[in-house]
Amino acid sequence: MNIVVCIKQTPDSAAKVVAENGQVSWGDSPLVMNPWDEYAVEAALTMQEEQGGDVTVISIGEEGVKDALKTGLAMGCSNAFLISDPAMQNADSQAVARVLAAAIQKIENVDIAFFGRQAIDGDMGVTAAQTARVLGWPILSLASSVGAVNGSIRVERNVEEGRQVVEGKLPVAVSVVKDIGDPRYPSFMGIRKANRATIPVWTLADLGIEAPDTNVRWPEIMNPPEHEITNEIVSGDSPDEIATILADKILSEKVL
Amino acid sequence: MSNKILIYIDQFQGAALPASWEALGVSSAIASDLSGEVLALVIGQDIKQVVSDAYQYGADQVYYADDASLKDYRPEPYTALIAKIASEQMPDVILFPTTTRGRELAGMSAIDLDTGVLPDVTQYTIRDGRILVTRPVYAGKLLVNATCDKNPQIITLRGRAFDKPEHDPSRSGEPIQVETVMAADDIQTEVIEYSTAEDGVSLTDAAVIVSGGRGVSNNPNLTAPDDLDEKQAEIWRAQQGFMLVGELAAVLDAAVGASRAAVDAGYVPYDIQVGQTGKVVSPDLYIACGISGAIQHLAGMRTSKVIVAINKDPDAPIFKLARFGVVGDLYQILPPLTETLRERLDK
Ligand SMILES: Cc1cc2nc3c(=O)[nH]c(=O)nc-3n(C[C@H](O)[C@H](O)[C@H](O)COP(=O)(O)OP(=O)(O)OC[C@H]3O[C@@H](n4cnc5c(N)ncnc54)[C@H](O)[C@@H]3O)c2cc1C
Repeated sequence: MNIVVCIKQTPDSAAKVVAENGQVSWGDSPLVMNPWDEYAVEAALTMQEEQGGDVTVISIGEEGVKDALKTGLAMGCSNAFLISDPAMQNADSQAVARVLAAAIQKIENVDIAFFGRQAIDGDMGVTAAQTARVLGWPILSLASSVGAVNGSIRVERNVEEGRQVVEGKLPVAVSVVKDIGDPRYPSFMGIRKANRATIPVWTLADLGIEAPDTNVRWPEIMNPPEHEITNEIVSGDSPDEIATILADKILSEKVL
Repeated sequence: MSNKILIYIDQFQGAALPASWEALGVSSAIASDLSGEVLALVIGQDIKQVVSDAYQYGADQVYYADDASLKDYRPEPYTALIAKIASEQMPDVILFPTTTRGRELAGMSAIDLDTGVLPDVTQYTIRDGRILVTRPVYAGKLLVNATCDKNPQIITLRGRAFDKPEHDPSRSGEPIQVETVMAADDIQTEVIEYSTAEDGVSLTDAAVIVSGGRGVSNNPNLTAPDDLDEKQAEIWRAQQGFMLVGELAAVLDAAVGASRAAVDAGYVPYDIQVGQTGKVVSPDLYIACGISGAIQHLAGMRTSKVIVAINKDPDAPIFKLARFGVVGDLYQILPPLTETLRERLDK
């Protein structure tokens, strides 16, 4: 099975993110592999253990994104490629999907492309479906488990109303959620291998495409308005008294 | 030529999701601003009720595709239909509710129609005929203003961020049936089986949420049955605690939520995790029981209108966001709180 995982580098989920002079700042928090994408790598490696084949991890971004790709290699992925091009500076999600699709085509004979459900920075949550659409592949999104059954991929997926089991014919794109299983830790050998790896960089010209159009702009980044909250600690002589006071206070907010 | 706003009505087994009507309300507001008309699109099987409701919630013209191949949601045939209607009608704007289906279809339609998508929008204004949206990023730690320079501008609207429009039973119209685009055999996916979640209020639609965290398992006075090992005993204790959470939720018609620690410890399923890597919710009332208030949890619930925290630790960060806090043991506070509210609300 020839597998690709598309990952993104994001600030750590614990980062205190603020807008400063119209720019996003995450202080000295580290940049990491998007937490959701760790689950995608896990799903890919589990699939490879069951079915054989290669797992290639790819990302779009600047030189520093190689660190996130190295996390993928350290976890056990076989190859990594970085797509880097000045034209991708302010790319919107459609442009990203078109470039990822071109990279997947360049890798050739890919059976499955795995994605995390969304990136914790932009919270767009459309890259897997959009890339699948560009490729003309079926999308199996929000998968909580993934298995191969002769020529198809079968996933269980979470939707608002419950759980669905869906099969899609290869090649497919799959986005995963947390229930897929805890991402493995990089092994000592994996880390050594990743540190020694040279990660090839592809430009758009290497992919044989022009810069795709970007139609979405986000001219303004803001801190959310401060919620004026009056904190009030409810106390009393007994749990019963506290509960009664609290119940009345909640009712007085007229939200029930 | 009049401006057109196309709205995709997300439905499941013949019932529209509430966020669909909220998005229809926004469609009408945009249409009146742009002196345009609202075209609604319903896809599925046995969807008559949704079609007539779409008129009653404000659509000017409803299109529908009703076919066995569309009974189960599958993104490929649905996207093909949306793209077809959009190419014929040339709407300026296409709106979707931010449901799992709505978000996916919006993204895929943007590819087919070679335009942009702005998902999970919480506010908008109209400037020179274009929609300027505000959407949360970094799980709401920041907001961005964004626009799409090309038509159709594809936007998904977060549930509970916009008011549901009035239901006007006197409205009706002649819906137009649309033929399927993909032949059944050409669809590369198949829904094998389906299990509906246990009945209950869905987390993202809930007006009230009662959530439990790791603290829910912490009751030294509970003795687990002898035959359980340590881990099983912890889960057993957590289940006793989540029973108290559930009882309060039942009295308030609330959904039950959880922190990641509670999910990771195996107390409750992942579906109900609230936070940066779970669901982002914005209820009118959020009651956090035995949850410390880690930044990733706060990211998922900070825009709740009124937050109540019950926690043993007076320094727990959750208290900073809480309108009302109780420093105490949830095992002592929850039972009388549930009882009092049951009486007051006459349940
Ligand atoms: C990449 C990443 C993503 C994450 N995403 C999420 C997410 O989406 N959602 C999320 O919730 N977390 C998330 N986390 C985890 C987060 O950092 C915290 O670990 C988690 O939220 C803690 O859960 P908790 O508050 O239940 O547990 P704890 O932090 O252990 O807090 C338990 C609280 O219960 C109180 N307590 C104990 N006993 C009682 C009692 N009897 N009565 C009353 N109070 C009691 C304690 O005082 C304490 O404050 C994420 C972490 C990472 C690294």
